[in-house]
Amino acid sequence: MSNIPAELKYVSSHEWLRLEADGTVTVGITEHAQELLGDIVFVELPSVGSALGDGEQAGVVESVKAASDIYAPIAGEVLAVNAELEAAPDLANSEPYAAGWFFKLKPANAADLDKLLDAAAYAAEIGA
Amino acid sequence: MTAPKRTPLFDAHIAASAKMVDFAGWEMPIHYGSQLKEHEIVRSDAGMFDVSHMTVVDITGSDAKGWLQKLIANDVSKLGFEGKALYSGMLNEQGGVVDDLIVYLTATGYRMVINAGTTEKDLAWMDKQSAGFDVKLQVRRDLAMLAVQGPNAIAKVCTVKPELAEAIQALKVFQGLPQGEWFYARTGYTGEDGLEIMIPATEAINFFNQLQAAGVAPIGLGARDTLRLEAGMNLYGHDMDETVSPLEAGMGWTIAWNPEERDFIGRKALEAQKAAGVAMKQVGLVLEGRGVLREGQKVVVDGQEGIITSGTFSPTLKHSIAIARVPASTGATAQVDLRGTLTDVRVVKMPFVRNGKKVFE
Repeated sequence: MSNIPAELKYVSSHEWLRLEADGTVTVGITEHAQELLGDIVFVELPSVGSALGDGEQAGVVESVKAASDIYAPIAGEVLAVNAELEAAPDLANSEPYAAGWFFKLKPANAADLDKLLDAAAYAAEIGA
Repeated sequence: MTAPKRTPLFDAHIAASAKMVDFAGWEMPIHYGSQLKEHEIVRSDAGMFDVSHMTVVDITGSDAKGWLQKLIANDVSKLGFEGKALYSGMLNEQGGVVDDLIVYLTATGYRMVINAGTTEKDLAWMDKQSAGFDVKLQVRRDLAMLAVQGPNAIAKVCTVKPELAEAIQALKVFQGLPQGEWFYARTGYTGEDGLEIMIPATEAINFFNQLQAAGVAPIGLGARDTLRLEAGMNLYGHDMDETVSPLEAGMGWTIAWNPEERDFIGRKALEAQKAAGVAMKQVGLVLEGRGVLREGQKVVVDGQEGIITSGTFSPTLKHSIAIARVPASTGATAQVDLRGTLTDVRVVKMPFVRNGKKVFE
């Protein structure tokens, strides 16, 4: 049974988003996604300062088993990326909602968050 | 869809918290938690793989030897004593690989171990080739098979079977020890020392549990694949199949050309290929930067093309490696189409890893 924190937002391509107090958004992949991928060995992240469109490719996760694209769940500017993943990509396996975060966005339009899945809707999506 | 088959060790896998997947029609453990950790255990200590889905066939009859000398590309006349093992391809008339297998000399004839996914096809092919020969094939579904692999594998098996320790330790590579219905062979598919052990199905779970108590960790098919790839060993259906010549799949060493009069199936096609010049060869590829080489990716060498037949992240080397079929003229470098980007890779002689250590230059 996958952990799907109630306070986060989700998209069906298995990224999660957390709205921070300062209005920025942190993005990662869900526990379900890391379970599907298995042991993660490389994470390729977007450049800080780049502007991503809604659903635009933002990076790649490579596990022993497969390569999988990561998408920007909403449009925005990349404010920061998780440099820890360079040396320790397995953080995305062990702590997908905490130390394994991928990047932070400044949303182009804060209202975009309202269109995303909540925990219950994502759980239904993955049949959890 | 028929329900996937289960090996005699199914309940032991569940008890060990395995994640089970469908593999060639069998419900098999892909991992017991982490594929990377399991890989590391086999390289540094001892692990065990359930390989009971593979098929054991006993071959008897007065023509068994002559029939095998026609059926497979290696020559069973090399098997000088009971328990001795030989690796070979079984080819079709076009010189393509029907399957790869191990054959042992037994007290009553021969014993062959063939792949799970090719079993029905192989048995039909062998049956067809047996016309005119006095041979009898018996499929041994009453046996389970465990591969125990790693630097400490043999020592740990010996703690479970102390009465056999001396005989097991005396086995040389590619030799086997029959013990009633049990059979201990010093063979494997990981690049580490170890044994492949055939066990009466009813005794398999007890033996698995004894090995686990002796510190042998269960290992899934996921790590089996990364281990064999590091060892530079072919996987049927990926690195070769019925459309690929053994000469282009790194299996030249398994073809016994002498005596010249031995007319094994596929011989004429292979001789014609050699005479015309073999167009492709098998090599290892190494990507030391980021990214992972994957099966099916295109290899580019001086405007000519090859293909990656198996690729992965190497847990031992911490970068990606691959087995590829490339133009025969390929030198020390090549490029791989890595998700749309032509990326430089090094071309090396395999294996990549043996006995826990990097071996290529």
